[in-house]
Amino acid sequence: MNKRFKEHVENKNDLFIPFITAGDPEPETTIELALMLQEEGANAIELGIPYSDPLADGPVIQRASERALKNGMSLEKAMDLVPKMREKGLEIPVIIFTYYNLLLQLGEDRFFALVRKNDVDGLLVPDLPFEESGEWKESCLKNETALISLVAPTTSEERLKKIADEATGFLYCVSSLGVTGTRSHFQSSVFTFVERVKKQSKVPVAVGFGVSRPEHVKELKDYCDGVIVGSAIIRQVESQVEALQNPETQKEAIDQIRAYVRDLVAPFEKTTIHS
Amino acid sequence: MSTIVPDQRGRYGQFGGKFVPETVMYALEELEGSLNEAMSSKEFIEHYHEELKKYSGRPTPITHAENLSKRLGGAQIYLKREDLNHTGAHKLNNAIGQALLAVRMCKQKIVAETGAGQHGVAAATVAARYGLECKVFMGEEDIRRQELNVFRMKLLGAEVVPVSSGSKTLKDATNEAIRYWVSNVEDTFYLIGSVVGPHPYPKMVRDFQRVIGDESRVQLEKTPDKIIACVGGGSNAMGMFYPYLEEQVDLIGVEASGKGIHTGKHAATLSEGRLGVIHGSITYLLQNETGQIQEPYSISAGLDYPGIGPEHAYLSETGRVTYKGITDQEALDALKILSEEEGIIPAIESAHALAEAIKQAPELTASQEILVCLSGRGDKDVHTIMEHLGGDVDE
Repeated sequence: MNKRFKEHVENKNDLFIPFITAGDPEPETTIELALMLQEEGANAIELGIPYSDPLADGPVIQRASERALKNGMSLEKAMDLVPKMREKGLEIPVIIFTYYNLLLQLGEDRFFALVRKNDVDGLLVPDLPFEESGEWKESCLKNETALISLVAPTTSEERLKKIADEATGFLYCVSSLGVTGTRSHFQSSVFTFVERVKKQSKVPVAVGFGVSRPEHVKELKDYCDGVIVGSAIIRQVESQVEALQNPETQKEAIDQIRAYVRDLVAPFEKTTIHS
Repeated sequence: MSTIVPDQRGRYGQFGGKFVPETVMYALEELEGSLNEAMSSKEFIEHYHEELKKYSGRPTPITHAENLSKRLGGAQIYLKREDLNHTGAHKLNNAIGQALLAVRMCKQKIVAETGAGQHGVAAATVAARYGLECKVFMGEEDIRRQELNVFRMKLLGAEVVPVSSGSKTLKDATNEAIRYWVSNVEDTFYLIGSVVGPHPYPKMVRDFQRVIGDESRVQLEKTPDKIIACVGGGSNAMGMFYPYLEEQVDLIGVEASGKGIHTGKHAATLSEGRLGVIHGSITYLLQNETGQIQEPYSISAGLDYPGIGPEHAYLSETGRVTYKGITDQEALDALKILSEEEGIIPAIESAHALAEAIKQAPELTASQEILVCLSGRGDKDVHTIMEHLGGDVDE
């Protein structure tokens, strides 16, 4: 078991797991955002690797990918950001969120060498389904890396059981069909779905896809162990994209995003480290 | 060599499979179940063949290109006339099959991706025929380039949805169609246009296109010495080759070398691509060193796909099919020759296959035969042809 997961995620509830795209708009900002998110109570960070063809993502994260790719971000460069975050005080687990093709091109050996060298804690591959994940699961176990699995409302009971049985880190519940992105409300079926997952899961259950308002967090809080927030934060980054790249305004821009995040996770009543 | 069927996981050797988000898995399982059920239903298969015959005009003939063969002074060239299908290309064979399956699955809507618009037109056509709502995702860049096909789709009652993500072309339209499908899977069927995508799509499209090869086997007195077809995603080639895999015949797929492999402007996926994942399937694809998918180039919009059907990747690896490259210029030359010699203006895609036949024919004797899959007609390309031949075809 990965020690950071043990300390920050295992047996915990009210988990706040934000997603940020590595290198959006440039690498320095990604480091600062990760630190800010930890200060606001994040239990783990999903570090998204930009990809030309992000099949599971909506337009907001696609645009973030495009911004990051313009600046030459890659899986390897993103993993090299992690020690820089650690140097500045990041203690929570970092999960590499990458599409399978990028992982295949880097190669399994090279990837795990970087995991060890850079202190990476988890891996999430949205387009690597359970049936194809065996080999990666084994390597992750060997390297004390959590392999995060996703389950969707359409996942059958039988499949859910198989996925839950082997889940490590936490189980990622996709709140609705479709792609990542913000939504105005959750269908009531989400709650029954999450309850169904909770019954099967031995690891914390977090809900993602569409979490963007404090009301969402409040609604979900009693049903699951935490939330994953991606597009909503990326949208904030997008609105500050100029200011984030200017050294004079960067801090202010980060604080704007901080204010949004603080408001969003307020229902968790987290003790935040105010900077 | 035994006929290849993808295994349980949808693999053709190391290629194929289902590399899709969890949200798509259910949709693929549902599709696979319905497909297997339909393909074993006599009634469904008969209906499909009935539609091919009475709506699309099949069987398409095989034309002996006598003048061309004489001019080249080698093998006899035969053309499988997919250009004579309704809507002008082989695309409709597959669109009819999938649309009938959609109806059988009680889906009221279909979505499709399109590059140049040929598959979009085929999808819009079958949607009109079978009373389905149709959305066609098309890159903004392609919409600009293919005004006429956009109009055709609208005339047929389809909605054309512009795609502004990524490079705004076919691969992005495919991503967007998959995204839409996943969000609306209850009432929506994704009608894919080639032997690509996650399992069972490559198999399904192959099985709806194999009518090309099945008919050819009946129509020709003997098995030809060579069969040549162009390959973008590879549906006409797969449909032509599949029934011949166990025969004694050279099978040759032709990719687009564009402006020449050395220029970097090409769609030569098998010769220049690396193993990876595109649209849910493991295959060869054009990508940069870190794995970002790259835009292919070809004068022919139907061939500029950055991946290739997984079964082609497999047939290339096993050596059963040989894959060659033909440049824009070679294809245009072949198009001009066929127009002059036989009175047939082929699609620029099909002209790639023809150009390879023109290269190889002189090496054979007059008693040998080459069968070329003439996958589509050139009417849609007249603008492009004019631009490249400068409007002056007499020179």
